[in-house]
Amino acid sequence: MAGSVQTAQKPGAVTTLRSNRLTWTRRATRLVLYIYLTAGALLVLIPYVWMVSASLKAPAEIFQAGVNFLPTSFYTANYEVLFGDYQIVRWLVNSFVVGGIVLLTNMTFTVMAGYAFARLRFKGRDFMFFVYVGAMMVPIQVRLIPSFIIVKNLGWLDSYQGIASIQLVEFFGIFLIRQFMLNFPRELEDAARIDGCSWFRVMWQIILPNSKPALAALAIFTFTASWNNFLWPLVVINRPDWMTIQVGLSSMKGEIIPWGVLMAGTFVSAFPLAVLYILLQRLFVQGIVTTGIKG
Amino acid sequence: MRVLSAWGRCKRVLARNDEAAWGMALIAPSVVFFLVFILVPVALSFWLGFHRWNPLRPMNEAQWIGLGNFIELATDRDFLRTAWNTFVFVVASVTLMVVGSVLTALSLNAGIRASAIYRGLFYSPVVTSLVATAVIWLWIFDPQWGFINNVLRELGIPEPGWTASRDWAMPTVIITFVWREVGYFTVIYLAALQGIPEDLKEAAKIDGASPLQVFRHITIPLLMPATLFVLVLGILRATQNSFAVIYVMTSGGPVNSTNVLVVYLFQYAFEFFRMGFASAVSLFIFVLIFGLSLIQFRLIGRRTELL
Repeated sequence: MAGSVQTAQKPGAVTTLRSNRLTWTRRATRLVLYIYLTAGALLVLIPYVWMVSASLKAPAEIFQAGVNFLPTSFYTANYEVLFGDYQIVRWLVNSFVVGGIVLLTNMTFTVMAGYAFARLRFKGRDFMFFVYVGAMMVPIQVRLIPSFIIVKNLGWLDSYQGIASIQLVEFFGIFLIRQFMLNFPRELEDAARIDGCSWFRVMWQIILPNSKPALAALAIFTFTASWNNFLWPLVVINRPDWMTIQVGLSSMKGEIIPWGVLMAGTFVSAFPLAVLYILLQRLFVQGIVTTGIKG
Repeated sequence: MRVLSAWGRCKRVLARNDEAAWGMALIAPSVVFFLVFILVPVALSFWLGFHRWNPLRPMNEAQWIGLGNFIELATDRDFLRTAWNTFVFVVASVTLMVVGSVLTALSLNAGIRASAIYRGLFYSPVVTSLVATAVIWLWIFDPQWGFINNVLRELGIPEPGWTASRDWAMPTVIITFVWREVGYFTVIYLAALQGIPEDLKEAAKIDGASPLQVFRHITIPLLMPATLFVLVLGILRATQNSFAVIYVMTSGGPVNSTNVLVVYLFQYAFEFFRMGFASAVSLFIFVLIFGLSLIQFRLIGRRTELL
C-alpha cells in the first residue's frame, strides 16, 4: 500500500499532483471505513450496555418514558432477587458439569478416533471414516425424538449423563483432528517405532504434543457448543434443578418477571463464556477458521 | 467370564502392538456412540415416520400407517406456512449476513489501526448464546418500554409492535439472528481476504490498475469460493440455529407468522406428543440438511486453498 504512493511520487511534479489526489481519496476512504466500523461497533455494543444498564435499574426507571440509557442509581435488588429466588447458581454449575463431561469425552474418544484414522492402517478404516463423515452431516433434529426415547429408557432424563449424551463424541471433531494429523510426515513416528515405542506412546508423546492448535480448537468448539446448546437440554430436562443455564434463562423468560431481573440473569448467564473469550480471544477466532465447516 | 476372556485377548493383541488392533481399539468408543446415538436414532426416525404412536403407550402398539404422516404433512396448511417461513428466514438472514460480513471484513482488512480491537468486538455476539441474544433483543424490541420504541416515540415515528405484530415479528427475529451471526462470517471472510496473495495486487498496481480495478478484478473474483462456502454454511446455520431465537422470542407466533420447521418439529413432538408426525417432519429436515452438508463437504476440499 505505502509502496504504491512512493512509486507515484518519484518522477516529478505532475505525479505529485496525482499523489495528492490519491492521498485525498485515501483519507476519504479511511474516514468512511472508520464511520462504518464505529457504527458497527456501536450496533454490537449497545445491546450489551442496554442489558447491563437495565439490570441495574429500579422498576420505576425501567417503566419510564423516554430514553434513559444509563441507570441514575446503582440498584442491586435485581441481582438479589436473581440469586435469591432463582437457582441460577445451580444452573451455572450444571452447565459447567455438562460442559466438563463433554470436554473430557471428546478430548479422549474423539481425539483417539481422529488419530487412528490419520496415522494407523487397519481393515475397514476407510469405510468407517466414510460412515463417520456421513454421521457428521446428520442434523440434531432427526436424532432428537429417537434419542429422547433412548435416554428416557435408560432412565437418564434429568441427569448430567442424559444432557451430555448427545455430544459425547463429535464426529465433526474426529474429522477435524484427522485432517490436522494427516499433515505430519511418516518419518516422525517411524524413528520412534524403530526404537520400540508402542502406538499409544507414539500418539501420546509425538503426535498429540504437535497437534496443540487442533486440540485447542476442538476443546473450545465442544465446550462452547455444549454451553450454548439449547434444543437437546430443553427436551431432556423437566425439573428446574437440572436445568442448564440456557434452559433456565429461557424458563425465566417464560414467567412474568421484571425486565431488570431477567437482564441480570442474562448478564450472569453470558458472563462465564465472555470471560473465557476475553482471555482466549486469539484461540476462539483461530478456531473458527479451522472449525468453520460446522453449522 | 466370556467378557473377561475377550478383554484378556484384547489386551494380549494390544500388547503385541499390532497396528490394526490399536486402530480398532482407538475407534471403538466412537463406534459405540455412533451405533447408539446416530445409527439407531436415524433408523428409528424412519420407522416412526411411517407409524402413528402415542409416546405414553408402549412402542409395540404403534400403528403402521404407510405414507399417512407424509400425506398429512403435504396437505397441512401450517406446515406449508412453516416451510415458507423457513425459506424467508433463511434467505433474508443469509443475505444480510453475507452483505454485512463482506463489508465488515473488507473494512477490517484495509490496513486500519485498531482493526484487531474491532474484530474482537464484532466476534463477541458469536460467543453470546442464542438464548441470551434472544432475551436481550426481546427487551430492546419490547413494544412498550424497549429501547427502540422509546427512541421512535421521542422522534414521533409510529412504533411497530415487533414480536407482538404479525407483520413485524419475522423481521424482528431475523435482525436478532443476523446481529449474532455476522461476526462469525466476518472472521471467515477475513481469513479468505488475508489469503489473497499480496504480490498479485502489487503486480496489478504496477501495471497501472486503480484500487477500484484491483478490487473489481482481483479481490471480488478471489472471494467467490469463500462466498459459496459462506452461503452454504449460512443456510445450514440459519435453518438449524433459528430454533433458539424463535422459540424464545415468539414461540413461532403470533399466529404462526414466525414458525419455522425446527420449532414446528419441537411443538409436534414435545407439546402435542405426535411422535410419528413429528418424525416425518424431522425426515424432511434431514433430507434438506444432509443434502446441503454434502455440498458443503465438497467445498471443504477446495477450502483449504482459499483460507
